[in-house]
Amino acid sequence: MASKQTLQVQQKRELEKKQETTIPARVFMPNADIYEDEDALTVVLEMPGVDKGNVEVSVEDGVLNVGGRLDFSKYQGLQPLYTEYNIGHYSRSFSLSNKIAQNKIAAEMKDGVLLLKLPKIEEAKPRTIQIK
Amino acid sequence: MITAFADPFEALLNLQRELDARLASDWLQDLTTSRGPFPPINVFQQGDDILAIIELPGIDSNDLQIQAKENTIRISGKKSVVYPNRVSVHRRERVFGEFDRTLTLPVNLDPDRVKAEYRDGILALFLPRAESDKPRTIKIN
Repeated sequence: MASKQTLQVQQKRELEKKQETTIPARVFMPNADIYEDEDALTVVLEMPGVDKGNVEVSVEDGVLNVGGRLDFSKYQGLQPLYTEYNIGHYSRSFSLSNKIAQNKIAAEMKDGVLLLKLPKIEEAKPRTIQIK
Repeated sequence: MITAFADPFEALLNLQRELDARLASDWLQDLTTSRGPFPPINVFQQGDDILAIIELPGIDSNDLQIQAKENTIRISGKKSVVYPNRVSVHRRERVFGEFDRTLTLPVNLDPDRVKAEYRDGILALFLPRAESDKPRTIKIN
């Protein structure tokens, strides 16, 4: 982008679920980027503060559920003085179309960013038609 | 001081409540000189020292500069989001761009002992208070 715009701060969006949770903690929706190329759909989620072991990705009934849990033990004994954002666990769900090969989903996590690769089934990949 | 609760979920809920309550805190008065509000910073106190926690997922440590001086901290850098070529974007929610933010604290720091740690997208700055800034008790003769 040629012009330098100031970065806007996005307030975290709280998750609105149809069912209540049994844990009295706040859950936020991580920011997601979704892009598509020929072979796969890629979903990138930002979950700062979550390490690899605390991420849960599962597919159930054609719905992709992503969850990330924060480790709050680091905040023990800290007294908040000035805060600009809140912290909590992360959760977001996406419904998958049947064009995704649900058993071949791959996930990678680095620096709080989760990269999910959802490969398309063979029939959904674009095919060029030869002209005789 | 936050005391240790027997129920860990209580502690978590209390922490989130306190964070919300201080969103309107004027502890920094009008001293936060910033060029733009990004990235959002949380400042905690640990004993005499200050801990600043900033969420910056997906940053390369080469793109990040931190400078400390008497009572200011400056965090600047570039958050970039890279896509491969020839992709069709369905949704774009992540922010990216350059940022430069200066935080002026009402206490003096010891710049030599400032420590920064970047892990899992969280930048934690440990800011120890300068020895000269700590109050000294005075004995009465």
